[in-house]
Amino acid sequence: MFVGWYFVSNTLRNLDERKIATGFAFLTREAGFEIGETSALAYSAADTYLRALGIGIANTFRIAVIGVVLATLLGTLLGLARLSHNWLVARLAALYVEVIRNVPLLVQLFFWYTIISENLPGPRDALSPLPGVFLSNRGIKFPLPQDHPVHLWMVAALLAGAVLAWLLARWAARRQAATGQQFPSFWAGLGVVLGLPLLVFLGAGAPHELEQPVLSGFNFTGGATLTPEFAALLFGLVIYTAAFIAEIVRAGVLAVDRGQSEAAHALGLPRRRAMRLVILPQALRVIVPPMTSQYLNITKNSSLAVAIGYPDLVSIANTTLNQTGQAIEGILIIMLVYLTLSLSISAFMNWYNRRVALTGARA
Amino acid sequence: MSAVLRRTPALPGPLEWARVNLFSSVPNALLTLLSLYLLWKYVPPFVSWALLDAVWQAPSSKACREAAGAGACWAFIGEKHRFILFGTYPFEEHWRPGVSILLFLALYAVSAMRRFWTPWLVLAWLAGLTLIGMLMWGGVFGLRYVENERWGGLVLTLLLATFGIAFAFPLSIVLALGRRSEMPVVRAVCVIYIELIRGVPLISMLFMASVMMPLFLPSGVTVDKLLRAQTALILFAAAYLAEVVRGGLQAIPRGQYEAAEALGLSFAKRTALVILPQALKISIPPLVNTFIGLFKDTSLVVIIGLFDLLLALKTALNEPAWSGIGVEAYLFASLVYFVFCYAMSQYSQRLERDLARGPTARALKDT
Repeated sequence: MFVGWYFVSNTLRNLDERKIATGFAFLTREAGFEIGETSALAYSAADTYLRALGIGIANTFRIAVIGVVLATLLGTLLGLARLSHNWLVARLAALYVEVIRNVPLLVQLFFWYTIISENLPGPRDALSPLPGVFLSNRGIKFPLPQDHPVHLWMVAALLAGAVLAWLLARWAARRQAATGQQFPSFWAGLGVVLGLPLLVFLGAGAPHELEQPVLSGFNFTGGATLTPEFAALLFGLVIYTAAFIAEIVRAGVLAVDRGQSEAAHALGLPRRRAMRLVILPQALRVIVPPMTSQYLNITKNSSLAVAIGYPDLVSIANTTLNQTGQAIEGILIIMLVYLTLSLSISAFMNWYNRRVALTGARA
Repeated sequence: MSAVLRRTPALPGPLEWARVNLFSSVPNALLTLLSLYLLWKYVPPFVSWALLDAVWQAPSSKACREAAGAGACWAFIGEKHRFILFGTYPFEEHWRPGVSILLFLALYAVSAMRRFWTPWLVLAWLAGLTLIGMLMWGGVFGLRYVENERWGGLVLTLLLATFGIAFAFPLSIVLALGRRSEMPVVRAVCVIYIELIRGVPLISMLFMASVMMPLFLPSGVTVDKLLRAQTALILFAAAYLAEVVRGGLQAIPRGQYEAAEALGLSFAKRTALVILPQALKISIPPLVNTFIGLFKDTSLVVIIGLFDLLLALKTALNEPAWSGIGVEAYLFASLVYFVFCYAMSQYSQRLERDLARGPTARALKDT
């Protein structure tokens, strides 16, 4: 208590001596700096600090969400590869995990950023690994479907399909419980989810014009862009976290007793159904808790963006506190946002974990 | 009898081995062929870039490019090795951080050997760290005083990591015990501390240390940047270590607590003599993993401008003479970090196997 009062009184005296304002009034003032990428939100230097910080949060969100999805895919693939009966594949996956895990993420970020911004050629002699895709020191360019009103309808159809698939699964489960008859609800659901948007797309005459990136002058115009900063951060985060996720997946699969798959086999369950009904639910129980902390890690590690100049929350808050001098408020904002993010992700994952956990069993 | 037991089936020939392990089915064979193709396509060019065509001695990156356009420029590391190891430490005093690095390595090696796991080890650490402090700062025994703004390079990375672990570890034990305390206030404080720290990124702690901490102190008192960053690292690592220690504490069967209590031991004696030795022993492997994380995390001090291994490399790259060889520089940094972290992780895995056979593990399994 006394220590706390001591720090607070010191801080207040220091703030007073250095003529630093306190409070969050600065949020409504004009920011006066440009932001390199704005996640498709409108922003200009004349906007307020509040809006600038909002853009930062959106950018953090964007990298975290895309990172989580890609790292899960790559990590699961690597984890299964490490368990493969193929000696070569298993060894290569093990090599990947050992090397990537033991090198700091920041070094890897600098490495990727150097490769993209210094070692790739200029836009004029950009590499083109696929038609329409260009790698240059200005980032990665790829074609994008041209804006068309049908896209909105396709999104609506996708949502409708999801609802329909959920109803279908419920009906199938209830019928199986009542009569024992099975219904391929997974494939039917998948068909509905993917089929409805496809029908809408075909019904509108399949408008498949692509907006191609074209070299004009010193840079490309048109198409979509991953800036060097975004691409380096995404590569770094995904490659680094995938190594940890691979280990989690491997441990999860190994944790399921051999007897379980043998018993499922003895019951006459086909391999695929044994995997889905017997092995996977048990493996998930082991996988989910450590996976949660990896998702949290991606979110927190995305703050390293500040080192390579991607405008995430930390780097914008840093600019803000340098301009206004209000360090306490700036850092408070950073910490509050991350705490909210962390707590919400862990709350969601805890809820999911309760769903896959054994019912009635003690932890 | 023994003759029968010794008659094992003959080892399979290489062809049989390849059939079982590489070509057991059509998809497996395709996978093998794809892997081989990728290896053949990327490994030889990398080897010739990194080793065969590389330039090992040259005065600048331009000379490197002229000597062999297609190879790596390792000459950079050779020319700048003093800077990478010791930063801007006064040149004629370089033996002091040099000896410090050796002392660090000796401390790590001694601590890794289970033979030396006695109370004397704590004393050895205290003596070692004091000696390193005296060597680096100087000002005693006729050594010139070197202010710590000039410390840098690999020795700074080792300093941050080692002092970070040395101070965070005791703090984490206090936090872990506090979290399991029966006093609600103590427990609440510990839970809030641990969860708050684990919820925010390290970088925000480092920013706090570099811009906020000066405001907390009375005017006139200044704490230098290195010490502030070190404090942030310690406070950060302690929260993560505390959770590992708590895991160890939870794994100790209730009987141990009850038996210690039945013997009439006080709380301090119960904890220090019965509970902690067992709890720490079983949490060593995850503790080492957290140490690896902290070692890697020290690289983040680059962002607040401390001169560690990584910033030394980055600074050297900014010289016009060495522009455009970032890839080599970062590969070298990766290699240095990899050597330390890989050694630690291999050690922790071996220890885990050893401890799984040891008496503690057996006792735990029986209960």
